[in-house]
Amino acid sequence: MSDTEAGEGGNRKVKRFMIVNRKAPYGTIYALEALEVVLIGAAFDQDVSLVFADDGVYQLKKGQQTKGIGQKNFSPSYRALGDYDIEKLYVERESLQARGLAPADLLVPVRVLGSAELSVLMDEQDVVLSF
Amino acid sequence: MKFGILVNEGPYQHQASDSAYQFAVAALAKGHEIYRVFFYNDGVNNANKLTEPPQDDRNITRQWSALAAEHNLDMVVCVAAGLRRGIKAEILAPGFNISGLGQLIQAGIEADRLVVFGD
Amino acid sequence: MAVLHTTNKSPLQTRDLESCLRLTRPGCGILLLEDAVYGALKSTEAGARLAEAAKDRRIYVLGPDLAARGFTPEEVIAGVEVVDYGGFVDLVAEHHHVQAWV
Repeated sequence: MSDTEAGEGGNRKVKRFMIVNRKAPYGTIYALEALEVVLIGAAFDQDVSLVFADDGVYQLKKGQQTKGIGQKNFSPSYRALGDYDIEKLYVERESLQARGLAPADLLVPVRVLGSAELSVLMDEQDVVLSF
Repeated sequence: MKFGILVNEGPYQHQASDSAYQFAVAALAKGHEIYRVFFYNDGVNNANKLTEPPQDDRNITRQWSALAAEHNLDMVVCVAAGLRRGIKAEILAPGFNISGLGQLIQAGIEADRLVVFGD
Repeated sequence: MAVLHTTNKSPLQTRDLESCLRLTRPGCGILLLEDAVYGALKSTEAGARLAEAAKDRRIYVLGPDLAARGFTPEEVIAGVEVVDYGGFVDLVAEHHHVQAWV
């Protein structure tokens, strides 16, 4: 369960939040609005991690050029996550491999985990938000 | 136990809102507390009081409003997702309130369980 | 305390259930609701996969969704428990947290 640590003005709950991204960007809005949750979540001093699996790994693909579809390219925001102290980015190895991608194809440094390791990490969370 | 509920799909197009509603009703019937229902993505459309389904169909927005009135539910529509889709204060059904995404994070922190209903 | 996973799409149409099984561990609970209930039927080719998963995971199917789609508990593969919304609530309360495979 969650840790409770004494903060200023009383006890402050710190929970482990995981945002799970399993959908590709642009085709639907889920990737963008999940990112907005992450950026807001950063302000709450919780233990936040992000997982990219299945088509969600495409959110991190380098070289996104969205001019031709009339949508905003929000992929640079993933590189700014470090500024918000969000540094736990996990990508499932099997999802990358199934799509012929390597970590070098991604626009931000991530930790690549096999599905077995990732499932352990998922089990250790308190709150999982899936988009 | 305190439950948080996240609804990420609009009414009718998808069953998510119906499922979330049935879950909420069952949880309340068992004496649990609903800490908050948060509407995000197209889920913000559940708060639109202008919806008018056919007479013989359920009115999902009204169901949520009635449940909120009966149990004093905190139902929050995400302001950013709402603005994107034209869900503003003037078309908000009773019981719904517009607020920020922080309310979702807060629900995750305060509720014992957060249940996500989406596509 | 184990984790409850929910999945809501037909495994005959999407791979969400497959991902859920790949990324979950023995001992967890998996609840099939909405269109995912088709995945619990004996009659489909997806049933065998779920029967295999049911050996080391507890699999549940939401009865009202099953009934709405014209199927009965008798048509569900062995080892899968049919629950109602109250049962869904109990499952959420009994598990450490819930992860939706949306």
